[in-house]
Amino acid sequence: MLSIVKGLWIVFLHMFRRRVTVQYPEQKPYLAPRWRGRIILSRINGEERCVACYLCAVACPVDCIALQATEDESGRRFPEWFRINFSRCIFCGFCEEACPTYAIQLTPDFEMGEYVRQNLVYEKEDLLIAGPGKYAGYDFYRVAGLAIGGKDKGEGENEAPPRDVRTLLP
Amino acid sequence: MAKIIVNEREYEVRDGQNMLQAALSVGLDLPYFCWHPAMGSIGACRQCAVRLFRDANDTRGKLAMACMTPANDGTRISIDDAEARDFRASVIEWLMASHPHDCPVCDEGGECHLQDMTVMTGHNYRRYSGRKRTFRNQDLGPLVNHEMNRCIQCYRCVRFYRDYADGRDFDVFGIRNQVYYGRQFDGVLESEFSGNLVEICPTGVFTDKTLKGHYTRKWDLQTAPSVCVHCGVGCNTIPGERYGALRRIYNRYNGEVNGYFICDRGRFGYEFVNGARRLHHARVRTERGAEAAPADSDEALRLAATLLGKAKRVIGIGSPRASLEANFALRTLVGEGNFYAGVSEKEWRLARLALDIMQGSPAKAASLADVARADAALVRGEDVTQTAPMLALALRQSVRQAPLRKAAKLRIPDWDAAGVRNAVQEEKGPLYIASTFGTRLDDAAKRTYRAPPDDIARLGFAVAHALDASSPPVPVLPANARPLVGEIVDALTGAEEPVVLSGGCGSEAVLRAAANVAMALCRKGHPARLCLTAPECNSTGLALLGGEGLEPAFGAVTSGEADAVIILENDLYRRAGAAAVDAFLEEVGSVVVIDHTDGETAARAGVVLPAATFAESDGVFVNNEGRAQRFYSVMTPRGDVRESWRWLRDLALAAGRADVEAWATVEDVDRALAAAMPIFAPLPEIAPPAGFRIAGQRIARQPGRYSGRTAITANVSVHETPPPEDTDSPLVFSMEGYQGQPPSALIPRFWAPGWNSVQALNKFQEEIGGPLRGGDPGRRLVEPAEDAAADYFADVPRHGEPSAGNYLFVPAHHIFGSEELSALAPGIARLAPRPYAGLSPDDARGASLAEANEVEVSVGGWSGRLPVRIIDTLPPGMVALPVGFAGRGPLELPAWGELRNPRDGRGQAQ
Amino acid sequence: MNDTVRSLLIVFILLIASLSVAGMLTWVERRLLGLWQDRYGPNRVGPFGLLQVVADAIKLFFKEDWIPPYADKVVFVLAPAVIMLSVLMSFTVVPFSSSLGVVDLNIGLLFFLGMSSMGVYSVVLGGWASNNKYSLLGGLRASAQMLSYEVFMGLSVSGVVLLAGSFDLRTIVVQQKAVWYCVPQALGLFVFMVAGVAETRRVPFDLPEADSELIAGFHSEYSSMKFGMFFVGEYLGITLVSAIVATLFFGGWLGPFLPPPIWLAIKTFVIVCFFILLRATLPRLRYDQLMGFGWKVMLPLALLNLLVTGAIRLAMG
Repeated sequence: MLSIVKGLWIVFLHMFRRRVTVQYPEQKPYLAPRWRGRIILSRINGEERCVACYLCAVACPVDCIALQATEDESGRRFPEWFRINFSRCIFCGFCEEACPTYAIQLTPDFEMGEYVRQNLVYEKEDLLIAGPGKYAGYDFYRVAGLAIGGKDKGEGENEAPPRDVRTLLP
Repeated sequence: MAKIIVNEREYEVRDGQNMLQAALSVGLDLPYFCWHPAMGSIGACRQCAVRLFRDANDTRGKLAMACMTPANDGTRISIDDAEARDFRASVIEWLMASHPHDCPVCDEGGECHLQDMTVMTGHNYRRYSGRKRTFRNQDLGPLVNHEMNRCIQCYRCVRFYRDYADGRDFDVFGIRNQVYYGRQFDGVLESEFSGNLVEICPTGVFTDKTLKGHYTRKWDLQTAPSVCVHCGVGCNTIPGERYGALRRIYNRYNGEVNGYFICDRGRFGYEFVNGARRLHHARVRTERGAEAAPADSDEALRLAATLLGKAKRVIGIGSPRASLEANFALRTLVGEGNFYAGVSEKEWRLARLALDIMQGSPAKAASLADVARADAALVRGEDVTQTAPMLALALRQSVRQAPLRKAAKLRIPDWDAAGVRNAVQEEKGPLYIASTFGTRLDDAAKRTYRAPPDDIARLGFAVAHALDASSPPVPVLPANARPLVGEIVDALTGAEEPVVLSGGCGSEAVLRAAANVAMALCRKGHPARLCLTAPECNSTGLALLGGEGLEPAFGAVTSGEADAVIILENDLYRRAGAAAVDAFLEEVGSVVVIDHTDGETAARAGVVLPAATFAESDGVFVNNEGRAQRFYSVMTPRGDVRESWRWLRDLALAAGRADVEAWATVEDVDRALAAAMPIFAPLPEIAPPAGFRIAGQRIARQPGRYSGRTAITANVSVHETPPPEDTDSPLVFSMEGYQGQPPSALIPRFWAPGWNSVQALNKFQEEIGGPLRGGDPGRRLVEPAEDAAADYFADVPRHGEPSAGNYLFVPAHHIFGSEELSALAPGIARLAPRPYAGLSPDDARGASLAEANEVEVSVGGWSGRLPVRIIDTLPPGMVALPVGFAGRGPLELPAWGELRNPRDGRGQAQ
Repeated sequence: MNDTVRSLLIVFILLIASLSVAGMLTWVERRLLGLWQDRYGPNRVGPFGLLQVVADAIKLFFKEDWIPPYADKVVFVLAPAVIMLSVLMSFTVVPFSSSLGVVDLNIGLLFFLGMSSMGVYSVVLGGWASNNKYSLLGGLRASAQMLSYEVFMGLSVSGVVLLAGSFDLRTIVVQQKAVWYCVPQALGLFVFMVAGVAETRRVPFDLPEADSELIAGFHSEYSSMKFGMFFVGEYLGITLVSAIVATLFFGGWLGPFLPPPIWLAIKTFVIVCFFILLRATLPRLRYDQLMGFGWKVMLPLALLNLLVTGAIRLAMG
């Protein structure tokens, strides 16, 4: 009984405390770099990082990512088109977790409200940024075994020189 | 039955299996790589290690490979054993040591057996940090992609390519950790079954190159059970669709038909569906000679109905590549008497004859599985590798049946692939091939016989006469055929399950002779099976529908009786001479064409209605053994495309016909067909009805992990549309539906939890390598008559000597190029040979012609210049012309014709 | 100006006033809760967020008015009207001054008790008509809760009636000229407050709604203005109970300098604030605790209060 009264009194006293509310539009909060906001596609050394592996699309719980893979003549794979329907996105960050190349990243930007829902559909041009985003230095094709333009077989990290049918014997 | 004990639990399994097979059969999970149900075990990958105990008292046991351990009564193993588990995990770890870090860009990813097995064994962290070995890739042609780095040295590819499919140009090279699977030189894989490497390879070394152009993961493919349309065998397939385009074809296991494999034509021929020549909108020509203009479907239908309404008599030309339903709808619309099969006169006669033989002969029709099980085979007529490739693969297996018995005598189980090979060495079972010239199957044959079709027939009649003296005798037999007769008779009578296979090669006599051989065998107490090839996917179905061939149809028009024609999914220029078709189309007045692909016939039509391909429609095809198989639409069509039968129904409705008012779904058409013709009575029962539900759900065409459904069409409208309705089948164009195992006829894909690769198939079979759960789909409509008292065919052809300067032109079929639809796929088109005139070396010398020289050919009312190709196996006096190539009218071969070297101007050269 | 016009005017003013007070209370409650939870509450729409009420009203009016297809439609529509009606009817007996009031019933207190317990019909019927298991559970809880707390609510005010010797609320107020009944009837006040909270289904006795377990209980299925009527009914109920508490225990309109209705309003407002403070502080009771508390603690306390009051009254003659 007394505790209830005490409780009432303590709550009543809170009337004279400082407000903790951040008055958002006038007052901007600090957002950590790992904040899960607007999704971007990053580049490394000027090249698109995305290899169109479809893992982000399949990880997406609301199925709001769709893309089509294609290849250039050197065998480097990249998305022909890449679409995120932000009107469905729940910013869970699974796509970023699934991405094997650090291509898709969530950024500390959430101010993307639109009056027309259609404007929330972002295409590859809207998503691509110039730099590597949060994760610099990782270039998937350096460690992948595949040969692409500018990197032949055996030129990746920790790779022995390539063999073929003629050079097999030790 | 044998009682085995796995993890302290007892299971009943069929005798004669190995423990891996047995464990998988009872639903246990055990990782493996080198073992394949169709190719047996070699114990190479060490992945299926289990602890094997001597008996119930043995507590220590020893590690053993499950795939090399016979599942005898009382065999006791432990899969869960800690040491076995560690062993398996370390095997994977070793395999993964050099495996490249490129799953994201690997086409196998998401359906990779190596991924599945790695997860299954629990290996998840790479400890090896040394250098990885790398390999250069080879260019293996337009169909199969090579990425050697990913190889885990399981030997499955060579075992399939060399041991199963008898390919010669692919092998394994190297030593120690540098083992290379490939060809001696870069180049197109020669085997017609090379596409199966894509499914055989447990990782991404061999992938589908056609898929690479529009790559989609397995989890994103909308799939449905389908049937291959590229030959008469009717292999079951799983086409996959994404973003409105067909992306690839995978094999759909059917124990009675194609089993684990399909041919390259079936696998890679699908791209015609997405092709530039697809018709998506109706086209009308309001006046003769006017330019055809696109029209909306209502307008086109109205115009078509007016054209047909004005006509005195409307005839319909059906098609062997259209479904039963479409052909029946046409037959209903124009009436039975006005329905003509859209095939050349000769082909129609052959198809009808084949049907009569199947119904009248005491020999049962052989399925592909029957052929593979046969221990003696006689092949007559054409090169089955080119016309019905999977039959050839089955025959290659039949050759191994007789030697297997020898291995069995040595107590080597049939799954012990290496043991069997050691025991039988190069020995082959009896396979006799009689053909006009060399076939791709000759290397598997015990003896071959090359002669003109009539002589092939005469050999057959002679064999039949030798088997049963009451069959008609053959007066004079060529010298080289005489010793063969006795040998064939011995082989066939010595076999337990002989099979006689005949592909007409354009000659009725050959078919009749084959029928006589099979009948004679049956009469003499050898239950032979008979296998007759059919040229197209629904040739047999069309023959069952009856009617007349193309010539009477032309006749009806020339006589002035008919003045309007509906042509169903058929390019007449591939069926008859250009002049005849030109005249026919000129004379007929009103032409309505319903087809999915633009062609010369469609170009001349008054109204063209865009039809659905196999991938967009539901229906039934009847394959060469008379098996009715249902296929389901994989995707909804673009534009104004409708299924042919729906166009025909709408035309009938426009004409005020009341009998088609009830045709709302394809099942209504099936029921009408079943009611109209008793032979089709089982049709409504060959697959579950459209109302079929499992736990109240339809069967999902999209996998549970299908991605992007709220983004795919978001660029058009952010508002999502409901999935398309499907009234024709119990499947649904959505991921929201039943994802487990449906009845076998409805299996949209092979997937099971933990098994993302095609190996998930193990979970769908009653036992490994056996039928699918609930029985293999499809129902045979044609069975031999109970009172098989039919007489032997008596008309033995005479031996024809070529008259001077005359050559016998015979058809040369090509797996790539001879078939109309697959030839439209870019990959296949690249492999298709250019038109040629094949000459025997003697004839070429005689006419002083060399390879690639031009030669003037005149046969069957057609003449033109073709480059020479010298065919060593071609008997003199014969010329081989490839079938179905553009730039050359269709010919009724074999036929007599003339050949001239244009350079010497001496006229005929012989 | 004859009497009829005058009383019609009073009715009209009272109706408008009570409804707008109920509306404003939604804003007051949210601001106060914010205040006690170190935040602001609605402060964006209009000065101090005052126009939030208007915004909410507009929103409620324009939301889809949806009736579940499986609901009992007539009862479903009727239920929110019942609560509004019963609470508004109770307001008629509240005396705003010695002469100001809609009616002057000599059994005013009984009328209040009767009318306020009518309100439970609304909750029960709403819960039943929604044909939804959560709503039904909410309705069931409401009926049990009302039955239990109704008993000692009546008993708790009996002390006041004994002291005043009347059921007439005006008489009761006048009797408090010397000393407010909150002094001699402290126990009665406590019991009545608890019963009042339970009667209005406020925290900690909001079991019929119980958002976290019954997803809003009896009004799960209500939307738009029908939901709004439940909402307004709840706030009217708070105002009513507070006004009655002020009348019975805090001398009603009595007070120096200011006109009597203002005094009543001030007292009522303070009590309303106390209601909100309760909500800001206390967690919801468990169902068995609620029933146990009612029958095992409050009922004996109410009886004790009645007994002692009666005894003293007898002793004092």
